[in-house]
Amino acid sequence: MWPFICKRLLMMVPMLVGITLVSFVVIHLAPGTPVELQTTMNPKASLEAQKRLRELYGLDKPLAVQYWEWLTRVARLDFGFSFSPDRRPVWDKIKERLGVTISLNLLSMLIILVVAIPLGVLSACWPQSAFDRAVTVLVFFGFAMPTFWLALLLIMFFGVYLEWLPVSGLTSLNFAHFTFWQKIQDLAAHVTLPVLVAAFGGLAGMSRYMRGSMLENIRQDYIITARAKGLSESTVIFKHALRNALLPVITILGLSVPGLIGGSVIFESIFAIPGMGQLFFGAVMARDYPLVMGELVIGAVLTLMGNLLADVSYALVDPRIRAG
Amino acid sequence: MQKRQFWVRFRRNRLAMTGLVMVGIMFVISLAAPWLAPYDPNQIELKEVLLPPSAKHPLGTDPLGRDVLSRIIYGSQVSLKVGFVSVGLATLIGLVVGALAGFYGGWVDYLLMRLVDLMLCFPSFFLILAVIAVLEPSIWNIMVVIGLTSWMGVARLVRAEFLSLREREFVVAARALGASDWRLMFVHLLPNALAPVMVSATLGVAGAILTESALSFLGLGVQPPTPSWGNILTAGKDNLEIAWWLSFFPGLAILLTVMSYNFLGEGIREAVDPRLKD
Repeated sequence: MWPFICKRLLMMVPMLVGITLVSFVVIHLAPGTPVELQTTMNPKASLEAQKRLRELYGLDKPLAVQYWEWLTRVARLDFGFSFSPDRRPVWDKIKERLGVTISLNLLSMLIILVVAIPLGVLSACWPQSAFDRAVTVLVFFGFAMPTFWLALLLIMFFGVYLEWLPVSGLTSLNFAHFTFWQKIQDLAAHVTLPVLVAAFGGLAGMSRYMRGSMLENIRQDYIITARAKGLSESTVIFKHALRNALLPVITILGLSVPGLIGGSVIFESIFAIPGMGQLFFGAVMARDYPLVMGELVIGAVLTLMGNLLADVSYALVDPRIRAG
Repeated sequence: MQKRQFWVRFRRNRLAMTGLVMVGIMFVISLAAPWLAPYDPNQIELKEVLLPPSAKHPLGTDPLGRDVLSRIIYGSQVSLKVGFVSVGLATLIGLVVGALAGFYGGWVDYLLMRLVDLMLCFPSFFLILAVIAVLEPSIWNIMVVIGLTSWMGVARLVRAEFLSLREREFVVAARALGASDWRLMFVHLLPNALAPVMVSATLGVAGAILTESALSFLGLGVQPPTPSWGNILTAGKDNLEIAWWLSFFPGLAILLTVMSYNFLGEGIREAVDPRLKD
């Protein structure tokens, strides 16, 4: 197992370099340098001051040198300072929001798994039945539904019309005064709608995938053998077919990571959740380039780690992969 | 012969025909917008602000008193443009990258496929937002950015198809006749890879429309006063408690449009390869 993990980790290195290179190129597409952006707002900045700033940022050096210097700093998680008035280090700003985004995305993954797998399995057991057709319709809705619209509809219904659920932030204003259980309840209420919205799109894909994978396995010879042995239908489906059909789900989960992280920009800004997505949206609006670049790198690194995790868990459950 | 078979199967497929008809209707609506829209979409009427749906304004009015139905009709033009231009660009890049990788193999293939892996590593919405932050948000920039971040699927499809075909007799024969690499790739091999590319492009239009509307919704897409479904929804979000029609109808338009491209794409897929239909 360890050689496999080490090999995967080594393969991540060129990917990481590639990610930083793309991010660096994207930000340097910008017309004008950060110095101009900071000084055009400020009439007091003399030419002398501009020159000093440019030297500070290393902008007087060739691009390749700039990239190398930036890369060595990024390797130490030093993304520079945010342009926003608080001037805090980019990594500090991202760090305090990582937890929220990661936990919300893990929660929505959990919901996707818990709901989509039974849906997919059941519709594969009775293809073309009324249930299967209903799931298919749901899947088409899931694929076509703009998440931000779903969010607005849910806010209108559960937040404004029924007034059941809060629609913004992670906690109520008087959160600090709650007892432990009240805190849990308050968090759960705040998190329900955002997690539902984040999970909805993935639900469609996953249940579709599960259905296909299940159908594929049910047609295999070993299922015929199992049935011929006289095993009960439920043993055949849940013990034999399901276990094998579940394998590729791991890969699909890994592949869904970039979509979930990207989607957090939308649901976090709609529900005012203090996570990475909201931070990123703010950074884009304010043209806070160091922060944008930091978020881009961290987002890609998270994806990379998601893929690594998926590969490793696949290898854990399927020995054939380790050998390959 | 093959083409006729495709059409026979396509016409028999209910999903595909529904999709085709719906996409056709969308086309007519956006091309005939000036005649279909009851009002000028940018006509501000400060005496008719945020009116609920009525006979005069079937889908109500927005915070500036503009007719929502007219804005949705004109908004379809944005979706159509973004969908087709960005997918056209993505398909073109994907075709060239996939063809080069699949045809030459070796280190060309290795490098290009690592590039594909790299691009797939970025949460594409993050990448798009970062580029939009650097450039100005405008309809052209959005089309280019969506195109530049969504070609990887096509590249993989074309590469796989090329790899499986490049040693076949008809390719060897064409090469023996002195056909250039370029001719082999784009005249002999490419037509065989077109079916899966067509499916992925049709589904890609749906994806591009969703991305554009999300960007416009966040205020980083098509800029007002040009109406797009996403930016009408932004006004809807700000008036959620008092004007449901502002959020409901543009979202419904996005849903129906995206769905019809998905139907069409799935329909083409089933018509190309009937084995896929259980």
